[in-house]
Amino acid sequence: MQDMLWIFISAMLINNFVLSYFLGLCPFFGVSNRLSTSLRLGVAVTLVMIVTSICASLLNTFVLPYAPYLQLISFIIVIASTVQFAEMIIKRFSPALFRALGIFLPLITTNCAILGLALFQTNRDYGFLQGLTFAVGAGAGFTLAIVLMASLRQEMRLSNIPSIVQGTAISMILAGLLSLAFMGFAGMFSAL
Amino acid sequence: MSEHVEVTISAGGKREEPGPMRLTLTLAIAGIIAGAALASVYEITRPIIEANNQRALRRAVLTVVPGSEKVQALAYRDGQLVAIERAADTTDPVVYGAFSDSGRFVGYAVDAEGPGFQDTIHLLFGYDPDTRTITGMQVLESRETPGLGDRIYKDPKFVAQFEALAVKPDVVLVKGGAKAGNEVDAITGATISSKAVVNIIKAGNAQWLDRLDTAATLQLLLEEQHTDVTPEADK
Amino acid sequence: MADSKSSQQIYDEFVKGVWKENPVFVQVLGMCPMLAVTNTAINALAMGGATLFVLLGSSVLVSLLRRFIPKQVRISTYILIIATFVTIVDFSLNAMAPVIHKELGAFIALIVVNCLILGRQEAFASRQPVHLAAADALGMGGGFTIALFCLGATREVLGFGELFGVPLFGEHFEPWVIMIMPPGGFIMLGLILLLLNWAQQRRGSRAATQAAGEQVSAHDALPIAPAHDSGHIEEVV
Repeated sequence: MQDMLWIFISAMLINNFVLSYFLGLCPFFGVSNRLSTSLRLGVAVTLVMIVTSICASLLNTFVLPYAPYLQLISFIIVIASTVQFAEMIIKRFSPALFRALGIFLPLITTNCAILGLALFQTNRDYGFLQGLTFAVGAGAGFTLAIVLMASLRQEMRLSNIPSIVQGTAISMILAGLLSLAFMGFAGMFSAL
Repeated sequence: MSEHVEVTISAGGKREEPGPMRLTLTLAIAGIIAGAALASVYEITRPIIEANNQRALRRAVLTVVPGSEKVQALAYRDGQLVAIERAADTTDPVVYGAFSDSGRFVGYAVDAEGPGFQDTIHLLFGYDPDTRTITGMQVLESRETPGLGDRIYKDPKFVAQFEALAVKPDVVLVKGGAKAGNEVDAITGATISSKAVVNIIKAGNAQWLDRLDTAATLQLLLEEQHTDVTPEADK
Repeated sequence: MADSKSSQQIYDEFVKGVWKENPVFVQVLGMCPMLAVTNTAINALAMGGATLFVLLGSSVLVSLLRRFIPKQVRISTYILIIATFVTIVDFSLNAMAPVIHKELGAFIALIVVNCLILGRQEAFASRQPVHLAAADALGMGGGFTIALFCLGATREVLGFGELFGVPLFGEHFEPWVIMIMPPGGFIMLGLILLLLNWAQQRRGSRAATQAAGEQVSAHDALPIAPAHDSGHIEEVV
């Protein structure tokens, strides 16, 4: 139980996928213009992460021990199919959400956070439940980071920013400050 | 198969709609070629990678168990330690036996991990069942803060405290100088990382000490098994 | 056949990636690997080299096969090709340089989702002859490596007070530990982008003043060479 809690808290806060491992930066900077869209994207990424984690566990148990060299290719195929499938389901049941996510839904395929999740889970020898906990934690962490970023950028639109820092430069520095803030979570677990 | 591809190539310039047959075929051929390329690269690099890993593990074990020269992976199965070729081959918990050049048993090396200040700390520590002491500690993997937490492996004074550390009563972390044999002095400015190391070792002890103490009678057996496997492990 | 026109073309494609359209500083692509592993110069170079190899291999192959790959399955095929090259790099690096492989960890495998590589296949290699595709890959890969190296070297100098593990300053230098930690990556890249923005604005305003017929004194020169100054780029490369 302690173990699961550590995996969850670590993936979500202490070693946040975006702010500490730099995974999933493209959507983090690309889709964080509006709060509502970023929240939805976070949920979609979390769902894809959960499915990917389950598939990766299955692959790690049944296929990859016999052909380790297929690891990367099989993970990518799994992620691409999951995203395609998620796209179909969302389009069917929530056309509004589908339109809101637009191009970013298929882009989840090339989101490093998803592949990173599968790879980290494998490197750390996580079992099925540990992997699932890791996926939920990482997804929650991604959602938290992107929502915080979107809120900051909404505020930023009302402020007077010098023209040379506008665009990517100020976003990077903001992300750096967020990352700095998240460093405060370090040590909360082993201090107990 | 190749004829089919040829035909469509000549038509490729005119941007004709290829049938589903050709699409599947292209992907299948690409997949087969990719798989074959990967399998051959894997076969070439695997022995080197395994030798590298083996060497790294051996070096770590020899560091934490002084006086050892040879290493044997042991799986804990039904209350017994069984010699195995590689740790990855089994799902049973694994510990490493360290032996002197002549094949005399010197101590065990225990693999343990747990939460650190930043990320999971993965370490190896040596245990001598005769003297009931920890004989050394080496951090294998960690992401502790550079300059502060990373002193758990960069500060020789801290690491040296694990070279003859009593395990009974339980190892404890203290501040301002260790006095008893079971005490570890925390690093100033890195108390949490120091505490993490002690906690990980305590958890490793709780999991392994009873097993290793009762299995100590198996030493003779181990030595026999060991001599069979030595040439492999010593390479 | 290599007339001056085609070699000029190859050179143009190469310079474009290194400088005018530098994947990191101008297009801001491939950020995940570049921030995660650029805490030291050597890691940055290893990552850049691995990416360059994958990009070159996939670009050449995609360009050679461009008539054989049907449009509908092109992305899947590209990804398959890229993943194959990445796995090859991953295994080879693990066999030849286990220490660096351990430092880079899962980020080598993550080259596969580097938008830069797939982007070059789609936008360039799939439409151009092989010599141009190779030049483009070398340029983009080289530009990526240079950018990674700048970031890695700056972070290592500030964060450890060392470059390639060699101490640069005396005992009294207090390292900026934050620079080699995650926030340092974001902030450093932000500052470099800011510097480039500033240089570009200066260049813009200088061009405007020049157009107005005013002389700009020599000591006012920009810290960064203008894109058309190819002599300087050769020095950098």
